[in-house]
Amino acid sequence: MLTKRIIPCLDIKNGRTVKGINFVDLRDAGDPVELASIYAKEGADELVFLDISATEEKRKTLAELVYHVAETINIPFTVGGGISSVEDVDILLKNGADKVSINSSAVKRPELINELVAKFGSQCIVVAIDAKQIDGQWKVHLVGGKVPTELDLFEWAKEVEKRGAGEILFTSMDHDGTKNGFANKALAELSKLVNIPVIASGGAGTITHFTDTFKDGKADAALAASVFHFKEIEINTLKQELKEEGIPVRI
Amino acid sequence: MKIVIIDYGAGNIQSIMFAIKRLGFEAVLSHDADEIRNADKVIFPGVGEASSAMVKLRATGLDKVIPTLKQPVLGICLGMQLMCHSSEEGNTEGLGIFDLDVVKFSNAVKVPQIGWNQISDLKSRLFTNIPQKSHIYLVHSFYAPIGVETIATSEYDVEYSAALQKDNFYGVQFHPEKSSNIGSEILQNFLNL
Repeated sequence: MLTKRIIPCLDIKNGRTVKGINFVDLRDAGDPVELASIYAKEGADELVFLDISATEEKRKTLAELVYHVAETINIPFTVGGGISSVEDVDILLKNGADKVSINSSAVKRPELINELVAKFGSQCIVVAIDAKQIDGQWKVHLVGGKVPTELDLFEWAKEVEKRGAGEILFTSMDHDGTKNGFANKALAELSKLVNIPVIASGGAGTITHFTDTFKDGKADAALAASVFHFKEIEINTLKQELKEEGIPVRI
Repeated sequence: MKIVIIDYGAGNIQSIMFAIKRLGFEAVLSHDADEIRNADKVIFPGVGEASSAMVKLRATGLDKVIPTLKQPVLGICLGMQLMCHSSEEGNTEGLGIFDLDVVKFSNAVKVPQIGWNQISDLKSRLFTNIPQKSHIYLVHSFYAPIGVETIATSEYDVEYSAALQKDNFYGVQFHPEKSSNIGSEILQNFLNL
């Protein structure tokens, strides 16, 4: 049986992890490679690296990081952040990334999805969508949720699927950082609407939130950052409890 | 031991190179027929679309080389699918090593299947010491049905072949290089053949 995936997300700036990390057993808390291998050992099913740096050196630093992550860990990982061309993706995949996620660049130029799918295949193209509710309507936002657009979340999701994306990573800006649970109603609607996997993101605070997003939100995977970084939730405990709730997980 | 990964411009092979390196071996990437024939082990990777991959194989003559190889050959993901008789993806003929026609999952499930599923009915030296129902990582929209060459099964929409074997030819639908420690053990088993 296909299992539900647990995905820790690491924010990267200039090749280093950014968010405060509470790992006593880490020699270097800022080293994404070491953190990645710890997560892999603890039972993470996949990892996401989100590059938030904006320097000229960015591409090279990120490619080097991807190379070292691929060299070290034996689970799949996705790289996102500022990817806007076929060349950007080519470099990352050649260095060992399994998937890339695109966000604002796809909204600005939706054909990019088709171009990437034609060159690399659907299986490695994740489209990340940040959205929040405005007057009861889910609207897509850009630049980490700062810039609103007129795009409707559900219409955009359908278009993304039609253009060949292999997966959707949906972050609810209304839930992100609240630790009050995922946007399960919107997630369930998304899952019904598209026939590609949906990754839930934004709002994880407790183990129950994960159970709910798989049961009520119909999510195929759940992504979180701080609850894992600060060891508020340990991945192996989380998966054990999900299993007890009857949710298929890899243990 | 000389390990050659067949280079025909298909997909990301860096992860396979690293997985082999973690096992203590070096693999070389080659499209040279003699170098491939002289290897102890051959890995036939593949990520992408079936019909365009077959075009690339034909253009380099590798479509004639691969089926005549005598040493253990491991097809991974699309590599395994291309070793079959045909694929519905781009309606292409395959290399015809496995007598199976690759077809697409129905819309009753989400396509592609992405994530960790389980393998059962394991019956080959490739799975020495691998427990039944082990989790492996897959990303695919097309599958090979069950046939006489099936050496591992999995279930998604239908029961399908997670691995195939005919003589010295092996194929796995999953990615051993991304399937954590179980995947490394399966790769090691292949290198032990």
